Amino acid sequence: MSLFIKPKNEPVDKTLTAEAYTLGPLQAGPPCCNPEPLIRVDNLSLHYGKKPALENVSLDIYKGCITALIGPSGCGKTSFLSVLNRMTDMIPDCRVSGNVHFDSKDLRHPALDVQRLRRDIGMIFQKPVPFPLSIRRNIELPLREHGMSKQAELNDVVQHVLLDVGLWDEVKDRLESSALALSGGQQQRLCIARALALQPKVLLMDEPCSALDPISSGVVEDLIQRLRGKYTVVIVTHNLAQARRIANYAGFFWIKDQRAGCLIEFGQCKQIFEAPAHELTAAYVNGSRG
Amino acid sequence: MTKNTLATGLIWLAAILVSGVFFWLLSDILIHGLPHLSWSFLVEAPRNAGRSGGIGSIIVSTVLILAVAMVTAAPLSLATAVLLSEFTRYDSVFGRLVRSSLDVLAGVPSIVFGLFGNAFFCIYLDLGFSILSGGLTLACMVLPILIRTAEEGLQATPNDYRLAAAALGMSRSAALVHLLLTTATPALVAGLMLGIGRAVAETAALIFTSGYVDRMPDSLFDSGRALSVHIYDLSMNVAGGDTNAYSSALVLIILLLIINSIAMNLAKQWLHRSVVTV
Repeated sequence: MSLFIKPKNEPVDKTLTAEAYTLGPLQAGPPCCNPEPLIRVDNLSLHYGKKPALENVSLDIYKGCITALIGPSGCGKTSFLSVLNRMTDMIPDCRVSGNVHFDSKDLRHPALDVQRLRRDIGMIFQKPVPFPLSIRRNIELPLREHGMSKQAELNDVVQHVLLDVGLWDEVKDRLESSALALSGGQQQRLCIARALALQPKVLLMDEPCSALDPISSGVVEDLIQRLRGKYTVVIVTHNLAQARRIANYAGFFWIKDQRAGCLIEFGQCKQIFEAPAHELTAAYVNGSRG
Repeated sequence: MTKNTLATGLIWLAAILVSGVFFWLLSDILIHGLPHLSWSFLVEAPRNAGRSGGIGSIIVSTVLILAVAMVTAAPLSLATAVLLSEFTRYDSVFGRLVRSSLDVLAGVPSIVFGLFGNAFFCIYLDLGFSILSGGLTLACMVLPILIRTAEEGLQATPNDYRLAAAALGMSRSAALVHLLLTTATPALVAGLMLGIGRAVAETAALIFTSGYVDRMPDSLFDSGRALSVHIYDLSMNVAGGDTNAYSSALVLIILLLIINSIAMNLAKQWLHRSVVTV
């Protein structure tokens, strides 16, 4: 038996090392300097049938920043996200009113190319939704749908986005095996990679970490931080500490008069958490309400 | 304790009874049919009203009738199921109307289908007693089963796939082809096998439509006798036809098993090619 034990070359847990990422080093946190609005929401209201879900929401989503939407369940945060990539079109009986402009184009225009819009504004769901396909096909399928057909090109994109989300080293030897066999955190990162492959400008995230264990949640949160600058991120989260850690801007939603959700306060994250203007916000971020 | 023993005993009794009936049936057919089964029985033409000779022409007719039925019914039912589950709201008037008509249609006795097929395909469309008439009648008969199973299969696919595909800017038809249909394949195949099973066992609807003639069919417009009709005829109308009826029944069962295993294998390969299941 040899006396020398070979040191292991690879770190035990690749998910916790940062080398795999190519999106660049962590950027300094909030606030974004020179905020430039990318999405402008003006007086947005939303009804499901006769029931109002959102009333008179106005806010700007700033380019390259992370905007967190916080507030109790049922106050319309997810509905608000769905308006931004027109997923509301898929809900029967859903009526939207108000103005939403993306890149100074009317986002609610009936003639707008919705499929094109959804490429520009991607969405990540609470529960990871990998398709029942191989890891590679998960990323390739939407790309092929959008007309990319050269295998070399596709391979490039697949490798690139998997590197971006830090999944490449974990899956590079099993790209052809099922995406459903990945762990929850890996699945969510695959979904983010799949969205990034379409080169979106904005990513909407609906509680992307709440279905994950703390370690995976940390990895995904880390990844979201790395998206800052290159992508505009709007994230709904119930985890106030997370919002505080990662967001540049924060919007606080509340259910007004037991009726419809509305935006109570919107501003720089630091201000919302440290010097809220509204007493409801103060009570919510301190944990005494909500 | 005694209650439990009693319940367990009853459950076992029920299970044994059910499988007992199945094995009794199967062994009866095997015992009487197997000794007579030979290659020449499978390929030769029936002689002396089926008392001697084989069932070559009848197997050909059966397969042709079944092929006509499935080639017509499968695409129609898949299209209808897609329309019902993907492109109409579940509680819409149209959807409810189609669904309840299908449910009524599924409960219609096969003899009624036979008379309808005779009146519509044989007489009105002037197809006469032919394999085509029989196949088309069977297609009408299995449509409700195929549509409802396919629709249920599609509706059982996770809605998350539809949302995630839409969020990636994929069209509804792309999501349907690449995700929903492949996910629903096992259900679609199960429905198809149910339909084939019902079609291949059908006698009443075929007597009036594809007819009785037991010679080798020249074309789809020729009359042809299906296996089930042959079995019925041998056991009811032809004295001394029992042994050949048994052998024909055995062939029918084997045919069904073969078709089912082919369908299942095709589905498995298709799934393996496009979807990796865990």
